[in-house]
Amino acid sequence: MSHRSKICRREYDMEREKSTWTVKKGLAQMLKGGVIMDVVNADQARIAEEAGAVAVMALERVPADIRSEGGVARMSDPQLILEIMEAVTIPVMAKVRIGHFVEAQVVESLGVDFIDESEVLTPADEEHHIDKHLFKVPFVCGCRNLGEALRRIGEGAAMIRTKGEAGTGNVVEAVRHARAVLGGIKRLQALPPEELMSAAKELGAPYELVKEVAETGRLPVVNFAAGGIATPADAALMMQLGLDGVFVGSGIFKSEDPPRRAKAIVEATTHYDDPAIIAEVSKGLGKPMRGLEISEIPEEELLAPRGW
Amino acid sequence: MRRIGVLALQGSFIEHIATLKRLGVEPPAVKLPKDLVGLDGLIIPGGESTTIGKLATTYKLIEELKRLGEDGLPIWGTCAGMILLAREIEGDSQTRLGLMDIAVERNAFGRQVESFEADLVIPALDGVSSEEEKGKSFRAVFIRAPSVKRVGEGVEVLAALDEGVIVAARQGNLLATAFHPELTEDNRFHRYFLNLVEL
Repeated sequence: MSHRSKICRREYDMEREKSTWTVKKGLAQMLKGGVIMDVVNADQARIAEEAGAVAVMALERVPADIRSEGGVARMSDPQLILEIMEAVTIPVMAKVRIGHFVEAQVVESLGVDFIDESEVLTPADEEHHIDKHLFKVPFVCGCRNLGEALRRIGEGAAMIRTKGEAGTGNVVEAVRHARAVLGGIKRLQALPPEELMSAAKELGAPYELVKEVAETGRLPVVNFAAGGIATPADAALMMQLGLDGVFVGSGIFKSEDPPRRAKAIVEATTHYDDPAIIAEVSKGLGKPMRGLEISEIPEEELLAPRGW
Repeated sequence: MRRIGVLALQGSFIEHIATLKRLGVEPPAVKLPKDLVGLDGLIIPGGESTTIGKLATTYKLIEELKRLGEDGLPIWGTCAGMILLAREIEGDSQTRLGLMDIAVERNAFGRQVESFEADLVIPALDGVSSEEEKGKSFRAVFIRAPSVKRVGEGVEVLAALDEGVIVAARQGNLLATAFHPELTEDNRFHRYFLNLVEL
């Protein structure tokens, strides 16, 4: 490369501002109204893309298997992540353990489009989450309520999702968490400005973010549903509750007919307010994943309480 | 009141709808062919072009959109929308409307870490700019963006990056931008599109 073209290259690079907050949360905005599917290999990724997924999430094992097999759940083998990136043109996300910033560095270096700092994997740090501002690639994090959502955004998460209870095929916890976040926002909106500092203290959330949410009536980033979504109607339920899109983990590849179920969930997410279409796409999908009653899960095996 | 539909299958349609409302336009969400009746224009938002293309096919929107575009309905595609408008998508056979005589490359700048913002000089916006806005560059947000590799005759290039990469183009009633005006406060591109609707 000649000296001159090197200079030119640098000039272009200076003009382009990468990894800004707008660019990070902007990708999440482009995923809205869509379904992000858990996949463990390239074949599953291709099935997800063909069904209309807006992105795929690479992980070692789907949550239902993590739950039944036990052991420590970690980020995927980088080789598998690269194969998944090679197999599809849609964005590829990868899960890393809570607080495991080196796993995050590793998947960032692979070039994934989004990192999920996820309670589904075994936490690496029980007190601290990753400082997500340090990374060029955007992060999504789970939450159970508004305070938790705002703490993660404060740490730099460019997208939020409910935790739900992953790997159960039971949507009840996702509904609980969605209502907690959305209800929390409504309560903040009703407060006079002088009460917002106490609210921030009670929520354990950064004051500036509390103020912003009280003024705008929404989270500053996109908010998806996750954890226990197994049917087209589950996905539409989360959309009607007011979330921006849906993650489906075990619900697809632990069902009898993954390609058909995946496509049906995509269509129900788009047409969430049209019961006739949801009925149509739900016909004859075969068996959904076998669900778990939350109260029958021993407390120490629950995933949602991981993180704070 | 003018009615500009926004294709609402997936992606950044709420942002487009909010901007159109601020400009005093009625912006119905379009999910099914019946929603296309009585529109003065249509926006295809950013999102995942494969997802939007598949849903548009399943719900029989493709043929109807093609017909409307050929009949002169103003259509503006941002990012994924630009891909759907293009006649040719390099190395890909995915669903498209093929209305605009352009060839596009998907993810032309790379993956998300290569997504960027840049200030573009867009003379075409002068026509809709206030005195204050005249000559002001446009802050363009590119997210896993496509670019235009070739344009046919009759296609006007509206904006390019310094090194000549085309990122906005117009062909008669059709408008395409590789970036996302719906993600910024600057609504000059939306006003530019409304002007096409008025023509």
